[in-house]
Amino acid sequence: MTDQITRFNLAMRVLHWSMALLIFAMVFAGLAMVRALEPWQLTLLGLHKPFGTLALLLLLLRFLIRIKSSTPSLPSGMSTIQVKLAKFSHWLLYALMLIIPTSGLLMQYYAARPIVVFDFFTIPAAMVPHIEYFAVFREGHSLAILLLITVLAVHIGAALYHHFIRKDGVLKSML
Amino acid sequence: MKYTSVSLLEKGFYVASLAVALLLSPLTQAQTEQVTAQQFVDLQQGQAHFPGFRRAHAKGICVSGEFKSNGRLSQYSNATVFKAGTHPFIGRLSIAGNNPHAAELTAPVRSFALSFVTGAERWNIAMNTPPVMAVTNPHDFYQQIVALKQGKEAVKDFFAEHPESADFLAWKASYTPSSSFALETYHSINAFYLVDEKAQRQAIRWKMLPLNEESKNPYTGKDALQQEFATRLEKGSVRFNWQFIFAKQEDDENNPAKLWPSNRAKVDAGEIFITHWQPQLSGNCHALNFDPLILPSGVIATEDPILRARSAAYAESYRRRAKEQLMGALEETAND
Ligand code: HEM
Ligand code: HEM
Repeated sequence: MTDQITRFNLAMRVLHWSMALLIFAMVFAGLAMVRALEPWQLTLLGLHKPFGTLALLLLLLRFLIRIKSSTPSLPSGMSTIQVKLAKFSHWLLYALMLIIPTSGLLMQYYAARPIVVFDFFTIPAAMVPHIEYFAVFREGHSLAILLLITVLAVHIGAALYHHFIRKDGVLKSML
Repeated sequence: MKYTSVSLLEKGFYVASLAVALLLSPLTQAQTEQVTAQQFVDLQQGQAHFPGFRRAHAKGICVSGEFKSNGRLSQYSNATVFKAGTHPFIGRLSIAGNNPHAAELTAPVRSFALSFVTGAERWNIAMNTPPVMAVTNPHDFYQQIVALKQGKEAVKDFFAEHPESADFLAWKASYTPSSSFALETYHSINAFYLVDEKAQRQAIRWKMLPLNEESKNPYTGKDALQQEFATRLEKGSVRFNWQFIFAKQEDDENNPAKLWPSNRAKVDAGEIFITHWQPQLSGNCHALNFDPLILPSGVIATEDPILRARSAAYAESYRRRAKEQLMGALEETAND
């Protein structure tokens, strides 16, 4: 039955590419804002937090759609180990997309820093900061991002390999 | 078959790492041009670094008390803190520098930080004794600290090259550090905007002026300021008048080195009462980063480049000391 499907459904495709864009922008924004002493740093930090929260909400939506819809199966020519690696890397990406914004929210919570969402509403923070919990989530945010960059490199590499070298329909299934 | 798939995997990795290298290249470019938060905090912490402590203003005590607002500022800003009534705060009194064991009486800069929580919002304030900075941006400030570390000659040369330091130097010449945290005037230095209900902005600076009795400090040791303050608190609360200075159109609120003319309108917002103190490591101020860019609605940051540099630097210092504390850096000290 699943053999008939050659593409992810529209909702999955739209979510995939909009989140890809969002997450790339978030990684760049994050790396730039923790280093810069320039006047735009505060503005970028003020965008990073609400957009990161948005990324978390989108992920939850995407996850729901993902478990409810059927997805195209991988090409038959792939070895079992390759199929397993592909599936594992996809679940790892979902896990990292969950861990990264969650650790961001929790680090702000334990540092007692309320998050102002576009002057619209404020996500409250702990009344009393807990510096050691902050450290765990602050370092976790960074480590998870390093892992994300690594897995994304493999992910993008694999997509290009399927498209240009194997010439199968894997990349097209997401287009 | 197996053989080819491995070499193709290698190709995949090659393509992928190339992509990542390309994506990250703009960042390495940006880093070479300007001082980063990491470089700034490296300079502040210096060679002898004290794990678990703030990289600046490392020595201090926690305090707490309340602000009795007279309500006069509420027509200029809808921040809850300005509503008439009593607003509790926690705070920290400190001396500038990276050493949590430094001698206090000789410290040229003293500081007062406060943090108000009102509903879901927080307002952090971190003030120093000078009314202005010597420079106007973090990159010159970095060079100023480099010069300070090099010695008198370098400092002289630095100020000669930076005429914008005139107001700071004039203040410095007129100022003698007191022998009590309760006898200093603390300044916001950076300007902010008060925003009222109609979204109208007013650029302001503020200061906290001491309302406490002059008296000789009987202590002479390294902790003389803390001891004097503790003794003073036994006799009653320590008070400050929280005064706001209103800029006029011609004043540049984005220049932290320039004093505004002394005839600018001043509005007293109410009185600060410090009622309790605690040693910093067992107190409730240690775990807080008094990042002055955590602001409530009704107060917003100006474009002042020094003010805008503070958030990233404070976060880097906080990140370092938080990680060190998690790794146990303060366990021995806390048991003393
Ligand atoms: C898709 C989601 C997110 C991505 C990809 C992301 C990415 C990043 C990156 C790359 C950094 C720099 C890390 C470093 O150099 O050490 C960073 C820092 C940071 N992130 Fe995120 N982030 C995300 C979500 C969030 C969320 C939801 C929040 C909070 C609401 C948040 C808060 C922060 C903060 C406060 C920092 C700076 C911490 C500091 O200065 O100490 N992030 N982020
Ligand atoms: C570019 C300029 C500045 C930089 C890079 C800088 C850097 C820092 C750093 C790294 C900390 C330690 C933060 C922590 O670990 O919690 C700190 C604390 C502090 N700074 Fe600054 N600072 C700057 C300007 C100022 C100015 C203009 C003032 C005064 C108006 C000020 C007042 C304070 C005070 C009072 C503290 C101690 C807060 C506390 O008790 O926790 N700083 N600063």
